Amino acid sequence: MEKAVRKYWPVFLLPTAAAFCVGFLYPFIQGLYLSFCSFITIDRAKFNGLENYKYALTDATFLHSFWFTALFTIVVTILINVGAFALALALTSKLKASNLFRTIFFMPNLIGGIVLGYIWQILLNGVLTLLEKPLLALDERYGFIGLLILMCWQQIGYMMIIYIAGLQSIPDDYIEAAKIDGATEGQILWKIKIPNVMPSITICMFLSLTNGFKLFDQNLALTGGEPAHASEMLALNIYNTFYGRSGPQWRGYGQAKAVLFCIMVIIISMIQLRATRSKEVQQ
Amino acid sequence: MKFKKVLALAMVATMAVGAFVGCGSKDEGSATSDSGQVYYLNFKPEADEAWQALAKEYTEETGVPVTVVTAASNKYEETLTVEMDKSEAPTLFHVNGPVGLNNWKDYCLDLSDSEVYGNLNGDEYALIDNGEVKGIAMAVETYGIITNTKLLAEAGYTVDDIQSFEDLKKVAEDITARSSELGFAAFTSAGMDDSSDWRFKTHLANLPIYFEYQAEEETSTDAIKGTYLENYKNVFDLYINNSTCKPTELASKTGDDSESEFINGEAVFFQNGSWEYGNVVGDGKLAAEDVTMIPIYIGVGDEANQGLCTGTENYWCVNSAADEKDIQATLDFMNWCVSSDKGTTAMADDMGFVIPFKDAKETDNVFVKKDTEMQAAGKTTIPWNFTTIPSEQWKADLSSALTAYAAGTGSWDDVKTAFVDGWATEYKAANQE
Repeated sequence: MEKAVRKYWPVFLLPTAAAFCVGFLYPFIQGLYLSFCSFITIDRAKFNGLENYKYALTDATFLHSFWFTALFTIVVTILINVGAFALALALTSKLKASNLFRTIFFMPNLIGGIVLGYIWQILLNGVLTLLEKPLLALDERYGFIGLLILMCWQQIGYMMIIYIAGLQSIPDDYIEAAKIDGATEGQILWKIKIPNVMPSITICMFLSLTNGFKLFDQNLALTGGEPAHASEMLALNIYNTFYGRSGPQWRGYGQAKAVLFCIMVIIISMIQLRATRSKEVQQ
Repeated sequence: MKFKKVLALAMVATMAVGAFVGCGSKDEGSATSDSGQVYYLNFKPEADEAWQALAKEYTEETGVPVTVVTAASNKYEETLTVEMDKSEAPTLFHVNGPVGLNNWKDYCLDLSDSEVYGNLNGDEYALIDNGEVKGIAMAVETYGIITNTKLLAEAGYTVDDIQSFEDLKKVAEDITARSSELGFAAFTSAGMDDSSDWRFKTHLANLPIYFEYQAEEETSTDAIKGTYLENYKNVFDLYINNSTCKPTELASKTGDDSESEFINGEAVFFQNGSWEYGNVVGDGKLAAEDVTMIPIYIGVGDEANQGLCTGTENYWCVNSAADEKDIQATLDFMNWCVSSDKGTTAMADDMGFVIPFKDAKETDNVFVKKDTEMQAAGKTTIPWNFTTIPSEQWKADLSSALTAYAAGTGSWDDVKTAFVDGWATEYKAANQE
C-alpha cells in the first residue's frame, strides 16, 4: 500500500491542487487584474491603470474605516484573549461541573454571525431604549461597544477551548516542582503557565486579530455601518463600495480596496506571528 | 498486488469526485429544453408569490421553463450585479429609470421590434436611449397617504376635511392630543430601517424635488437647490411627532412594523403606495371600503388641485447577452403576461398593478381607482421625479441624516447637506467618464 501511495502521489495530490487552483488561485489572480479595471460584469472589464488605487487611497471613508477597524481589532484582541485565558484558568482548576461550563461558553460560537448580529441588535437596542440613549444605528460609540460585546460573547468560548488544551498539556511535574520550591500562584502563572501556553497564545492571537480585522457579518447585521459610515469597518466599506454603488468605476474602486485590504491582513498577521513565535519555549 | 492497485485507484477516484462535487451543473430539465428558458429577476418582494404562481402557469401552458427569483428589499442592484456575472444570467430584469439604465444600457436589448413594445400604450412608458427602446414600463403605480377612514370617522373627521398641509397637520395633531382617549395614533411609525426608509428618502423626497423642478421649469438637474426643504421638514416632523412610537425608536422600526400597525388599527395614516393593497386589504385585514388614499400635502403649490403621485420605476429590460432562444422565450413570456387573459388578470388582481398595455384589465385596487377618479376630477398628478436622483448613495446618506435628525442626534442642517451638497457630489461621481 505504501508503495502504491509513493508511486501515485501526484494522483492523490492533483484533485486537491486543482480544486485549490480553480477555487482560490485563479480567482485571486483575476481579482488582482480586475483591481486595475472598471467593470460591471467581469467578462467585460476595461483596463484603467492605477486610477482605482488612486481613488481608494484618497477616499476618506476608507481611511476612517481603517482606523475604526484598527482600533476595534486591538481592543477586541486584548479583551478576547484575556477573557478566554481567565476562563480557561478557571475551568482547568478543580471546579465542579467545569465540563458543563466549557460547553456553555463554547455554544455562542456555533451560531452564525448574521443571526447573532440581529439578535444582539434587538437586545442592545432594547437596553438603549430603556436607558433613553440613542440606538446603535445612531451613535458610533455605542455601535463600537456593541460590536465588542458581540464579538467577545461569540469568540471567548472558542479561544477558551484552545487555551484549555494548552494548559492541560503542561506537565504536572513543572507545577509540582515549582510549588515545592515555594513559588506563589502568581509566579506559577507568569513563569510556568504562560510561557508554556505560548503556542496557544500565538494561535489565539492570530485568530482573534484576523477575525477582528476581517469582521463583516456582525458589522453588517449589528450596525450596518450607520450612522453615515461612521461604524463601517474595512470589509463592509469594500462591500458597500462594490455593491452599494452603480457604475463601472465603483467595482474597480471596490476591487482595489479589497486588494489593499488583503495585503494589510497578510502584513499584520506576519508581524504578529513572528512576534509571538519568538517567545515560545520548548518543553 | 493487483487488488491494492485497484484499491488505490478507487481511492483516487473517490477523492477526485469528492473534490469536484460542488461544481455540479443545474437540473437537466432546463438544459434539454429547446424552446429556450426565462430567468426573471423580480424587483418587487410583495409580488413574489404572484409571480411564482404565474410562472408556473405559463410553464404548464407552454412547456417553457420560467424561473422567478426575487431580490430582497433594497438589494436589487446588488443581486442583479451578482446574477449578471453568472453563466445563467437573468434574461429579464428591471432598471428603475434613466439613472438605473445608465448603468445597464450595454446589457439591454433594443426592444423596438418586439411584440410587447407594440402593445405598449405609448412612448412615455418606454426608456429610450439613442433611439433604441431599452426598457418598457411594466406597471404604473400610485402612492400617497393611505388612510383608514373608519378610524378617521371615530376621530370626528372625513377625508374631505383634509385638503391641504394645514388641514392634515390640524387633524393629525388633534388625534395625537386625544390619542389616549381614541386608542390610536395619527401616523404609523416612520421606520428608518432598510425595509422602510425608502418611503421617506425616496418617495417623500420626490415632493420637494418635483416642486423645485416645476419652479425651475426643468426635468432633471445636476445641482438641486433645496428650495422646498423647509416643507419637507414640516411634513417629516408631522410624521415623527404624531406617530405610534417615539422618534428616538425609529432607527430600528421596519416596514413590517408600520404595516402591521396600520392593519391593527393603531394609526390612521400610512404613507405608502398602491402595491400595498393586497397587504392591507383582505381577510383578517382591513375592508376595502375602510381605506382610501389622500395626496401627500407639503404646503406648496395649488394644494386644492393636488393629486396623488403616479409613475413608474419598474422598467423591464431584456439581457442582450442571453442565448437567442432564451431571448425569444423571454419576449414571448413578457408579451403573454401583458396580453393573455391569465397574465393580465394575475397582474391586475394578484399583484395590483396597472399595466400600461393595450389589453390591460381593470383592477379592483381602491388606491388605483382613487387615482383614476382624481385624474378625472382634473387634479394634477405628481410624476415620479425621484427616478432622476443621481445615485442610491444619495438616498442612503439622506436616510442616515433623517434618522439622526428624528432621534435628535443630528440636526436638520445635516439633512440639508445630504440633500443639496450630496446631490451635486453624487451627480458628478455618477456622470464622470
